Amino acid sequence: MKTVSSLLDDEWYARYKRISKLNIRSSIYDVTNRCNLRCKGCFFFSSGEDKAAEEEMRQDRWEAFIDNEKERGVNLAILIGGEPTLYLDRVEAFYRRLPTFCATNGLIKVPRDRFPDLMVGISLWGDENDEKTLRGKDTFAVSSRHYAGDPNTYYLYTITPKQIGKIEKIICKIKDVGVKVHMQLLSNDEGVDGFSWQPEELNDVRFEMDDMLDRYPDTVISCKYYHEVITTGKMLGRPFGWNECPSVTEPLDTRSPQPKRLIHFIRWASDLKTMHRCCTSETRDCRTCKDGAAHMSWVMVNKRAHIRTTKDLQNWIEVYEMFAKLYQFIPW
Amino acid sequence: MAVETKETDIILKVAEVLIEELKLEDVTPTTFEPDIDLVDEIGIDSMDLATVALVLQDHYGIRFDEDDYPTLTTVRKIALYIAARLES
Repeated sequence: MKTVSSLLDDEWYARYKRISKLNIRSSIYDVTNRCNLRCKGCFFFSSGEDKAAEEEMRQDRWEAFIDNEKERGVNLAILIGGEPTLYLDRVEAFYRRLPTFCATNGLIKVPRDRFPDLMVGISLWGDENDEKTLRGKDTFAVSSRHYAGDPNTYYLYTITPKQIGKIEKIICKIKDVGVKVHMQLLSNDEGVDGFSWQPEELNDVRFEMDDMLDRYPDTVISCKYYHEVITTGKMLGRPFGWNECPSVTEPLDTRSPQPKRLIHFIRWASDLKTMHRCCTSETRDCRTCKDGAAHMSWVMVNKRAHIRTTKDLQNWIEVYEMFAKLYQFIPW
Repeated sequence: MAVETKETDIILKVAEVLIEELKLEDVTPTTFEPDIDLVDEIGIDSMDLATVALVLQDHYGIRFDEDDYPTLTTVRKIALYIAARLES
């Protein structure tokens, strides 16, 4: 029988032991239905999720809800929106109670005197032209001023097909402001012309992502197995899709047989009662979904399947480490 | 149907169920090391454990408390858990 210790040398086994007991139990929260941008391709607005529920406005109800979430076993709150920084009191209610990650477009600065070590992930959709095309403005110009040198911040760089061959320029400008970066791929939810991935583009972008990791290892938080899985849509020969996705809201998950999935995962709407189907848009075609966290989680929940060869298990460890770094369970 | 009550027999049954339900290869109930850490070494997670627990519950006519799963990290610990439930 294959066991972890039979496949790993001492160094890799020590890395494995560092993460093997983390038991990350995440859920995702729409902090608000409002945003100060309206980006083409943002699943939240393109699929009408901003209208799915009326926002809970009472702060005491947010606090009671978060206490319940903690009781439910959640140990990582992932805040999305809308734009969470529009409601910092709600962000603080999470931050005071749970390990918390806040996704933002970076236009409003999270005040560090109030949130000294809150992990902030700033969305970035490409270079100045792509940002203007898709988001209406070059957000990097603002967010990089707000977060330059911040050790608890990283850019969540969503690569579009138009970025192929130009990724290094983005990585360098992020490096130059002293912030880390994690890469993921655009899922073209609104079908913006030219922004849907073609097979040869996915090959090219995988090569380029690998190259960035090799050349900027102190800036890029990633691993090559993640690049392989997200660009091919396959893990150990299995295709990603509805029948494999780990990030389906547990009480709404009626799949049979049940795949490996995130335990107790729920994505909550901002009324704190409505549940969304999954970590992203219900209208998205799961076969072409490129959600980075879903693909990372897909690998992570399939640990036993990776206890097959030394390389498979090392791949699993690297993906788990990447996730744990991005959500502050282990240091950079 | 009579069920196993001796610890050694329960260990063999637990190992058999683990092997069958999780399709573990290159191991038999008698060669399954009862003290090996199922989570750390074999990669068994709470979903796997729930699957195994369902089968063992039916076999022994007992209940596994989900809150106890984190403590059930070896075949021997599961067997002792079952033995305690059978006695109570």
